[in-house]
Amino acid sequence: MNLVLHVWRQPGAAAEGRFVRYDANDVSPDMSFLELLDVVNEGLIAKKEEPIAFDHDCREGICGACGMVINGRPHGPQRATTACQLHLRHFQDGDEIWVEPWRARAFPVIKDLAVDRGAFDRIIQAGGFITARTGSAPDANAIPVPKRDADLAMDAAACIGCGACVAACPNASAMLFVAAKVSHLGLLPQGQPERYDRVVKMVDRMDQEGFGACTNHGECMRACPKEISIDFIARLNRDYLKAAVGPQPSAVSKVERGFG
Amino acid sequence: MELVSRVPGGPIEKSWDAHRFEMKLVNPSNKRKHHIIVVGSGLAGASAAASLAELGYRVSCFCFQDSPRRAHSIAAQGGINAAKNYQNDGDSVWRLFYDTVKGGDFRSRESNVYRLAQISVNIIDQCAAQGIPFAREYGGLLANRSFGGAQVSRTFYARGQTGQQLLLGAYQALEKQIGLGQVAMYPRAEMLDLVLVDGRARGIVVRDLVTGKVSSHAGDAVVLATGGYSNAYFLSTNAKGCNVTATWRAHRRGAAFANPCFTQIHPTCIPAHGEHQSKLTLMSESLRNDGRIWVPRQKGDRRRPNEIADAERDYYLERMYPSFGNLVPRDVASRRAKDMCDDGFGVGEGGAGVYLDFRDAIGRLGRHVVEERYGNLFEMYERITGENPYQVPMRIYPAPHYTMGGLWVDYNLMSTIPGLHVIGEANFSDHGANRLGASALMQGLADGYFILPYTIGDYLAQAKLAAVDPGHAAFRQVEEDVAGRVKKLLAVGGSRSVDSFHRELGRLLWDKCGMSRNAAGLKEAMEKVRALRERFWKDVYVAGKGEDFNQSLEKAGRVADFFEFAELMCHDALHREESCGAHFREEYQTPDGEARRDDAKFSYVAAWEFTGAGNAPVLHREPLAFEHVHLAQRSYK
Amino acid sequence: MPRLAGLLQSLVGKKIVMAVTGMVLFLWLLAHMIGNLHIFEGPESINHYARWLREIGAPVLSHAQALWLVRAVLILAVGGHIWAAWAVTRASWAARPVGYKLHQTAETTYAARTMRWGGVLLILFVVYHLLDLTFGRLNPAYVDGDVYHNVVASFSVPLVAGFYILAMAALGLHLYHGLWSGLQTLGLHRRPTDRWRRSLAAAIAVLVFLGFISVPVAVLAGVVR
Ligand SMILES: Cc1cc2nc3c(=O)[nH]c(=O)nc-3n(C[C@H](O)[C@H](O)[C@H](O)COP(=O)(O)OP(=O)(O)OC[C@H]3O[C@@H](n4cnc5c(N)ncnc54)[C@H](O)[C@@H]3O)c2cc1C
Ligand code: HEM
Ligand code: HEM
Ligand code: SF4
Ligand code: F3S
Ligand code: FES
Repeated sequence: MNLVLHVWRQPGAAAEGRFVRYDANDVSPDMSFLELLDVVNEGLIAKKEEPIAFDHDCREGICGACGMVINGRPHGPQRATTACQLHLRHFQDGDEIWVEPWRARAFPVIKDLAVDRGAFDRIIQAGGFITARTGSAPDANAIPVPKRDADLAMDAAACIGCGACVAACPNASAMLFVAAKVSHLGLLPQGQPERYDRVVKMVDRMDQEGFGACTNHGECMRACPKEISIDFIARLNRDYLKAAVGPQPSAVSKVERGFG
Repeated sequence: MELVSRVPGGPIEKSWDAHRFEMKLVNPSNKRKHHIIVVGSGLAGASAAASLAELGYRVSCFCFQDSPRRAHSIAAQGGINAAKNYQNDGDSVWRLFYDTVKGGDFRSRESNVYRLAQISVNIIDQCAAQGIPFAREYGGLLANRSFGGAQVSRTFYARGQTGQQLLLGAYQALEKQIGLGQVAMYPRAEMLDLVLVDGRARGIVVRDLVTGKVSSHAGDAVVLATGGYSNAYFLSTNAKGCNVTATWRAHRRGAAFANPCFTQIHPTCIPAHGEHQSKLTLMSESLRNDGRIWVPRQKGDRRRPNEIADAERDYYLERMYPSFGNLVPRDVASRRAKDMCDDGFGVGEGGAGVYLDFRDAIGRLGRHVVEERYGNLFEMYERITGENPYQVPMRIYPAPHYTMGGLWVDYNLMSTIPGLHVIGEANFSDHGANRLGASALMQGLADGYFILPYTIGDYLAQAKLAAVDPGHAAFRQVEEDVAGRVKKLLAVGGSRSVDSFHRELGRLLWDKCGMSRNAAGLKEAMEKVRALRERFWKDVYVAGKGEDFNQSLEKAGRVADFFEFAELMCHDALHREESCGAHFREEYQTPDGEARRDDAKFSYVAAWEFTGAGNAPVLHREPLAFEHVHLAQRSYK
Repeated sequence: MPRLAGLLQSLVGKKIVMAVTGMVLFLWLLAHMIGNLHIFEGPESINHYARWLREIGAPVLSHAQALWLVRAVLILAVGGHIWAAWAVTRASWAARPVGYKLHQTAETTYAARTMRWGGVLLILFVVYHLLDLTFGRLNPAYVDGDVYHNVVASFSVPLVAGFYILAMAALGLHLYHGLWSGLQTLGLHRRPTDRWRRSLAAAIAVLVFLGFISVPVAVLAGVVR
């Protein structure tokens, strides 16, 4: 099949970018979208031009490295599928395809389609963990976890940190990503001691990184390759509200703990 | 070079405890003064960096991805073994130890494997405490499954994303330490060389992949956790960035490389679909529990599979191995599939595939049961191939998957370079000639959480280390080497892309040093690799600049190292005149085509010393003794 | 710093403010709509109702004291709502300085996308509405105290009635997304409720829309005159 690509080319973070047209002829419908870019790049190299930069690693939909907006949709038109797992059979011969990087202030472009998602790491640093020093753990079966809770926690934990939720959100909000982590850890008994501190710290960090506010559009869930539900956003909101005004599992009152 | 394994004596059950007691401790207030460099943020690297930081050491951690969370460990699906015996089915530390030594076809160190089995128990505790959402039973306790033909259910799992969840646990612990300022994290940074001062590993030289800046980092010890080298074959199930650069560069600086020819080929991968295929996707081995493997009886039969009647199908594994059938070990299943395809019975594009058929399973169990067991795998298959495996049989083909070989390490996980520690898939330690399913995650975490943090203390407490900073002449020298290599790659200015060379190298290795090898082929491969390498240095074209985000340049450096490494791999395969585990030498097989080990001659670890570019590597043998698990030939008939 | 103040600083907190004030406004509107329906019982009823509103709490409270209490809450709610909406909107605009060439949405609704401009339309409507029926500045036939007369006089002008109906449509849309969104923002949401959450929001929005427009429609149709 033949495809026409319009790819965002931007030589560096501070440089101006623009769309450049590439014709991809005689490509196989069995190729993945990233393999299509590989082919375009081989063509560019043959012409001694610089290939298109894009992040990728596992190419099986789990590492979260790949990500680009394909015809207006993060990771492209197919549901529950990362760009690396998107195959050309989902396009028609002769289609024009626009390829853009994630667009968000918190994800500055590094080059072409590669962006800096370090903001996600910093949000995790702020509180996206359960403190369990190596060696301090009790027997794994000492704390039973209801299967339903464990399963729901796993639904949230499936997030691959790709950033498609931010890319899709009309507000460039990172709520789905943050909510997934807050819910994963908050649903488990192991995560209770830090539960309310965690949500406050992660939300504060999210704001500092310059993400927008969630107004419940639900686009993030649709774009999410792991189909993380916005139910988790409601969970985050509830935990956040409780952190501010609700009763908490600590015997020491909020005022005594110093941050009211 | 001398291989000192530092294996403690005494009864094997007590040796790790005794060893820990004998190790020197670093005074708590002195830990802060020590700076440790950890390269890699996979299961091994992230768990080590986090644990060392918790102990109070200052740590710098490096990875080439944009975030430590994306290390290749994330892709592991199946699970992680631990001798918890939660299922009460007779598992024990001893049994896990026994299975691992036997599964490794008697080419691993007993003491290391025993320690691994002991520690496996702590790993699960640690991970559960971190909030890994392991699968659970309705009672709320942990669930297990049997994996890779094990007789007991000792595998813990988190849906089909065990590696992801374990890595995220370690990543989160690491991020916490980064947030506390205890770890300095350097993502998008590639280690391009190791720096030795007074014969000890004292630092690394890295290239910042965004700016292209080459810089040095100095420390008191260096830990390599840089994963395996399956990508030497170009097409493998490994992530695209996996490479041999860090370990190879360390090898060139004096670290012995052990058993490089021990590479594992996984039988159930989705076949390649043409010349643009960029990597292969693994499907869980569990598919073989219910799927039946077959090829048409007639060579080159191009009919659609459903039109081929049972009588015209050859269920070759069931025919050859009546008692194990489709559940023979990985290496056997892989080799047989290749044989069938080499003999012209293969199906699908290019005849490189065999059928894995669920028709009978669906008939016997009903579609919903099959869907419940394998639904997500079927979906994944359909997403990639566009074929519906409920209706037409899957096509599968083996693919390189894991590398048992790696830098040689002693019992303390230290290489032959003092101060250079190697953990995870990057070392050679525990799997011998063949790794059992769900044991790599276990080993990576054992090394990172529970072994290295102790043993590195022993090293630091004893080594008298002078203060060294990146301004030291040794660093300057290595920086220059690295910068020179980068410049050289950019300067070739030939006509072929890096990928085209890598593909060619990969095909060559796959044909001659893949699932089965022979002396003539290996010799031929070595010559061709050399010739290809020369062509690479004359004709490669690397676009762009050095001081920039330049993915062609990244790849070029890695492929250049694969070229050098490939020769060693063939060399090792050629020297090992026996068949063992994943290493199958056609000359050494039984009359019915099974692997024939030669314990009298080859019961040793082959550790190779680098003696200069173009010189033959020098072999050092670490003899292996089997006092607890008795040498026996595998049989799956 | 007390946690509550921190809450007001974060975007999630601002959304919570918006949801709480939105809910207050919604409840008041519901009462307002039901009150308006007195008009169908004739001039006596509605005018009596209007008088009653000013006498609530008597004799403990003096004339219109309760009403002013409600008005105070209302003004605070509107103020809080707009403040939060403005802050949240600004943050979101700033969060994507470079837009997409092509951006396709799949999940969001027209209502969700028009919350901001719909809100502005609503505030403009309220200003007009107060000048029309509370202060009578824009209503030449305004008679202080005769609510029935004022309403009929106002809606007899088709343009005015049309504007009211349009504004009510905007209100319906705002509520359709707002009610659902507010529940989500307050975390009052568990899995099984999800199925009817949206439908409930839609039903309420339609009900409020119909309840309000029944008055101008009835005047236009000559049922109320
Ligand atoms: C598809 C698949 C499925 C698998 N399933 C299972 C399973 O079910 N059970 C099981 O036990 N095992 C499984 N394995 C094997 C297992 O996943 C790996 O062996 C293990 O995760 C390796 O971990 P590691 O920490 O050693 O290395 P990796 O996870 O590969 O991490 C390497 C790290 O080193 C960094 N790095 C590498 N080179 C450099 C450099 N030059 N400079 C800087 N940084 C560098 C990388 O950025 C990365 O952070 C599977 C493997 C594959 C491919
Ligand atoms: C007439 C009375 C009003 C009512 C009953 C009302 C109700 C609501 C409710 C319930 C919400 C949902 C809050 C949430 O998601 O957490 C909301 C959101 C919002 N309102 Fe209002 N509102 C009213 C007036 C206004 C006005 C006058 C403005 C603008 C100036 C406005 C602007 C917004 C905005 C921007 C949102 C957020 C959009 C979103 O959540 O998607 N509203 N409103
Ligand atoms: C068609 C529908 C409506 C009709 C017929 C109507 C009618 C009236 C009337 C008659 C009054 C004056 C009452 C009095 O002075 O006692 C009034 C007041 C008011 N209306 Fe409406 N209204 C309508 C819709 C709305 C809507 C949608 C809003 C808000 C978004 C609104 C907000 C107000 C406010 C704020 C007041 C002033 C209340 C006060 O004095 O305390 N109205 N309305
Ligand atoms: S929530 Fe979904 S879209 Fe967002 S980062 Fe995680 S996996 Fe990607
Ligand atoms: S699309 Fe954006 S507005 Fe909220 S529900 Fe998702 S983050
Ligand atoms: S490359 Fe890993 S998710 Fe796409």
